[in-house]
Amino acid sequence: MSSSENKLQNKTLLGTIKKIVSKQVFIPIAALLILVIFNLAADPSFFKITVDKSSSGDPIMSGFLVTILDNASELAILAIGMTLVTSASGGQDISVGSAIAIAGSVMLRVVCGTSARPESLHAPIIVAFLICVLVSMAFGAFNGVLVSYCKIQPMVATLILFTAGRSIASWINNNQLPVVSDPKFGYYGNFIPGIPVPTPIFIAAICMIVIALILKFTNLRLYSQAVGINPHSSRLNGINPQLVKLLTFVILGACVAVAGFIKVSRLSTINYSVIAKDIEMDVILAVALGGNSLSGGKFSMTSSILGAYVIQFLTTTLIKFKVSANAIAAYKAVVVIILVVMSAPIVREKLGSLKKKMLSKKAVKEVA
Amino acid sequence: MLSMSINTSAEKQLKKRAGITDTNLLLFITITVFFIMYACAVIFLKKGFTKPQSFLNILNENAALIILSCGMSLVMITGGIDISVGQVTTLICMSCAVLLDKHNGNVLEALLLALGIGLLFGVVQGFLVAYMDIQPFIVTLAGLFFAKGMTTIVNETQFNVENAAFKKLKSTRIKVPYLGSVNKLGKYIPAYIEIGVVVAISVVIILFIVLRWTRLGRNFYAVGGNNQSANMLGINVRRTKFMAHLLCGLLAGIGGFVYFMHVGSGSTSHAQGAEMNAIASSIIGGTMLTGGVGNIIGTFFGVLSLSTIKNIVSSLGLDQAWWTNITVAAMLCVFLLVQSVLLARKHSKKVKKVKKVKKQVSEDSAEASG
Repeated sequence: MSSSENKLQNKTLLGTIKKIVSKQVFIPIAALLILVIFNLAADPSFFKITVDKSSSGDPIMSGFLVTILDNASELAILAIGMTLVTSASGGQDISVGSAIAIAGSVMLRVVCGTSARPESLHAPIIVAFLICVLVSMAFGAFNGVLVSYCKIQPMVATLILFTAGRSIASWINNNQLPVVSDPKFGYYGNFIPGIPVPTPIFIAAICMIVIALILKFTNLRLYSQAVGINPHSSRLNGINPQLVKLLTFVILGACVAVAGFIKVSRLSTINYSVIAKDIEMDVILAVALGGNSLSGGKFSMTSSILGAYVIQFLTTTLIKFKVSANAIAAYKAVVVIILVVMSAPIVREKLGSLKKKMLSKKAVKEVA
Repeated sequence: MLSMSINTSAEKQLKKRAGITDTNLLLFITITVFFIMYACAVIFLKKGFTKPQSFLNILNENAALIILSCGMSLVMITGGIDISVGQVTTLICMSCAVLLDKHNGNVLEALLLALGIGLLFGVVQGFLVAYMDIQPFIVTLAGLFFAKGMTTIVNETQFNVENAAFKKLKSTRIKVPYLGSVNKLGKYIPAYIEIGVVVAISVVIILFIVLRWTRLGRNFYAVGGNNQSANMLGINVRRTKFMAHLLCGLLAGIGGFVYFMHVGSGSTSHAQGAEMNAIASSIIGGTMLTGGVGNIIGTFFGVLSLSTIKNIVSSLGLDQAWWTNITVAAMLCVFLLVQSVLLARKHSKKVKKVKKVKKQVSEDSAEASG
């Protein structure tokens, strides 16, 4: 009697565990937990947050956790757009790094005018930001048209902007590196005086709220998933697949503009060949880490954003353990391969069948 | 008599159809564009382009890229992609340089090391792509990251290799008869190519033969054209994909060593963006990313076109660095559009055919019922 009850309990427990494991959000959360436990074991001071005074006497929060949240903002914002693009078009945009360079360059061009070191701002920051958003959306639309109307694979279509982007960026500013001296320009990438939390965290939070509202109150999620799963049948159901694909690329363009704004504001200047270097790889990894299929279809925005934070967590952990900035890539690659192999359907099936075998063996033994 | 004439006309039709396959059309476009471009350069920008040596220099500088692009084309024909080749080249350069300079290795060991690294990447990536069903883009992205990180772990600073035997190999020039030129002092300067060029051209020829006349080569096209029907024809799809990645890795090894022979130093910034150049060359050369269409000769001309346009841009006096990238991107854009138009035309043809057949069937049925 008791043993059968035990078995029943075991079954329900196994069931709940299975339910949790099969959820998509589980992958990034598990990765995050592993990282947290590892850091706790290695050095608990990793999680300490202190409030210091900045050079101008304002309170500033500092600590590794704050750094992670701060630095992951751009990644999280880009992950939003990239998830939509991945879902609708079944491919990835590899030009986001170059597009950020363009966005930042446009921003500085509008703010600084023609001189490289202006005394005052030539245009209000909000105007510059809006122009920057428009330009980025236009470049997003360029990619989108190539992908949707010309039916070129996304990775290849965006290769064009990937090659030309940084060159266009330096062309816009005539190869000068403008520096903004107005401290107000730096608020958006650093701290607003009086508020101890870095501003990019707020900006990222706003973006997440906006996208959450959009997904909640519009058909964007349904449409992009439908187009990603089968463009032909979605067309038969009255959705215009080309328009949906184009729309996702334009949204990614807007995300790029916001990320570019933060990046430029952090330093108040720009370096065309270095700004947001390799960020496209990190963003794609974030989407993959979130358990989203990279060949399109269903997606989970929450897990993508969590994936972005996991990647930044990993990077910061590695930096803390004095891994040289360039060597981090190798460790990241190993982590990614392990994660991807673990989530591959073939491996999952094999593991599942192995588990079944073990269980059946146990059952046989118990019977005997 | 009659049957014979029918036979010949059928053959003619077949030939006609075979004459305008996508592969050949794209190849034709690429080669024509290259020759027109070079001819224009010779006519309008005399100084840099009239000498045969300037053409040979394009080969000298791009021998490694040709080899890398060939590997890339192989993978792309099977419908995959390999973006790790550039960083693998960097890793090979650095490892060989460290082996030769800091561990007193000899050139043969360095060559084996290069091939070994390339093969290792090919085997691991091929296994993950073919047998684990993971997307090639993600696998090779991880490969790119891994190679990049390993390069800095092996060594972080740039240095020139001082090994005597290697230096001799590096400076070896093969003279090409009849193509030399006479300089201002009246001295005859023979035209030359580097060893890498010989390697690159033999790689091109071997791969051309493999793709055209061997079972493995035809399997590449079959798998890229349609996965499922290839499977139904009894082709081992997994093994074919694995072989493509393995060959690409091996070619990255060879290309890496050729690059190393060209630059003769180890640095973390070597071969930057080589993977994108290789992809661009393959596309310009008429390889389609959807798989099943492509040609090694086209890839060869793709590399030449890419570097010729770079040379033209720099000799036009547009010395600002951004022009090169922008023109390359524009060229890529044009070729991609041509490909997409081609695909669209093919699709509309198919639709027309289906409509025709349907019409006939409906007419037939109407007749039958009437």
